[in-house]
Amino acid sequence: MRRAGPGRDRAQARDARLRVALPLVVCIAGLLAWEAYVRLAAVPPYILPAPTLIAATLVTDRHILLASWLVTLETALLGLGLAVLGGVALAVALSLSRIVEYAVYPLAVALQVTPVVAVAPLLLIYLPESVAVLACAFVVAFFPILSNTMLGLQSVDRNLLELFALYGQPVGRSTAAARFRARAKALWHLRRPAALPSFLAGLRIAGGLSLIGAVVAEMAAGSAGASSGLAYRIIESQYRLNIPRLFAALVLLITTGILIYLLTSAVSHRLLRRWHPSALTPER
Amino acid sequence: MPPLVSLSGVAKTFANGLKALDGIDLDIARGEFLSLLGPSGCGKSTALRIIAGLTPPTAGTVAWSDAPDGDHRGEIGFVFQEPTLMPWADVAGNVGLPLRLRGQSRREAWPRIEESLERVGLREFAHAYPGELSGGMSMRVSIARALSLRPKLLLMDEPFAALDEITRFRLNDDLLRLHRELGCTVVFVTHSVFESVYLSHRIAVMTPRPGRIAATLAVDPAQRRDEAFRSSAQYASLCGKASRALADASGPGRPS
Ligand SMILES: Nc1ncnc2c1ncn2[C@@H]1O[C@H](COP(=O)(O)OP(=O)(O)O)[C@@H](O)[C@H]1O
Ligand SMILES: [Mg+2]
Repeated sequence: MRRAGPGRDRAQARDARLRVALPLVVCIAGLLAWEAYVRLAAVPPYILPAPTLIAATLVTDRHILLASWLVTLETALLGLGLAVLGGVALAVALSLSRIVEYAVYPLAVALQVTPVVAVAPLLLIYLPESVAVLACAFVVAFFPILSNTMLGLQSVDRNLLELFALYGQPVGRSTAAARFRARAKALWHLRRPAALPSFLAGLRIAGGLSLIGAVVAEMAAGSAGASSGLAYRIIESQYRLNIPRLFAALVLLITTGILIYLLTSAVSHRLLRRWHPSALTPER
Repeated sequence: MPPLVSLSGVAKTFANGLKALDGIDLDIARGEFLSLLGPSGCGKSTALRIIAGLTPPTAGTVAWSDAPDGDHRGEIGFVFQEPTLMPWADVAGNVGLPLRLRGQSRREAWPRIEESLERVGLREFAHAYPGELSGGMSMRVSIARALSLRPKLLLMDEPFAALDEITRFRLNDDLLRLHRELGCTVVFVTHSVFESVYLSHRIAVMTPRPGRIAATLAVDPAQRRDEAFRSSAQYASLCGKASRALADASGPGRPS
């Protein structure tokens, strides 16, 4: 039911506050319990460091951790950016030409079902390490962008395409060039905006995956490499039994994942807010 | 005066072998309001799409009296059963789509967009989004879009079938007003006997599978169409005649 006026606004504001406050309360309660357990049971820090010790490590090791964090963040974002460029470009090419679609799409699917963990060592052999790590982030983020964008490009209302055939298509005996121009026009006026919501859904998935790809590749590179991303710090800390630093690096990774998620969600909300149901505030 | 468009011997058999239309002969006179009346699945939409040139007939011809082999798509406005608006574009963007596809910039198209919106009474809604409109308003936008190219021929495929009765009556009256103001020709597809009698100068009753024109009924074009007409004995008798024609066309033994 719709409730009208200020009553509904107030209810919505309360709803919004609850949605922020509740997870915070749960999170803080969990941390307090953890802290209490570690202190009361006197668990040594190399088994399980207390949250306060992890926080302190974040501060004391900030130079090392910040440098590693920047490396991982850069890899993930760059991989995501390349995946967006590549995925969208390929989706557009596939939607413009059926031949290209038949030829390339199965390969893209094969790429998707190949576990990155298994490919990372190979990439590390053939490519310089930083490039290999970037390639991993790219490969995992690429497919969701490609498949979602393709799905979106195909999801135009059939009647709208009819309308387009009525007003936008070349006249009479059409040349291949004219047909291509008509397709490009339909792509711009109809398919591009229709594809935006699914593309953005793909982007939100790909954002998380690009970070996972970067971490997996850094782990595969392991101690052999000269790289210094967060995943490398985790492995290094494990070898040195520096568990507080391992946790600190993990905290940073989680934070990064959340940041990427918030960023892609914000982009999505901003682009869709005027018209898409997903971006309109639900009214109950 | 020669008819605007004439269909002769038009038939359509789909690739799957289904014979949707068979031997349609129909002259569409300039300025008339013609309804195609028939049960669903009898090929009304197919006939409309053939007139629009969206799909070719498998036999027969569709001839325009002026420039018989010219391109007539710019002279046609098409309205579907659903409003079929682009949700990502505002009302003005939707109404201007045919103009934009014809290569005009939004600024060049603006006067026509405003004119079309004015005609359907939605001028203040130029910047609203389809998601914010009611069903009736969306249909008005859809009609404004069809009018934006100032078509000679307006093809409407059960445009009001999904609307509630009050809204449908209001849109019927608006459509009659537009038809008077613009002097365009309308081919209106419907499965409602009452709607077809209220609106049309001529009603072509179709048989189901394959679609043929079984009978045509005339309604005096000079007749005023208003509430009084709707409740008149004349209206009732015309509706009775149309219903019987429809029943005859559907055949005695056919389940409906
Ligand atoms: N593209 C198509 N391919 C095969 N059969 C079709 C196609 N379009 C319509 N039909 C069939 O042709 C018949 C007439 O369809 P249609 O013109 O949509 O009827 P109406 O608009 O009167 O309800 C229906 O039986 C429908 O299933
Ligand atoms: Mg139909």
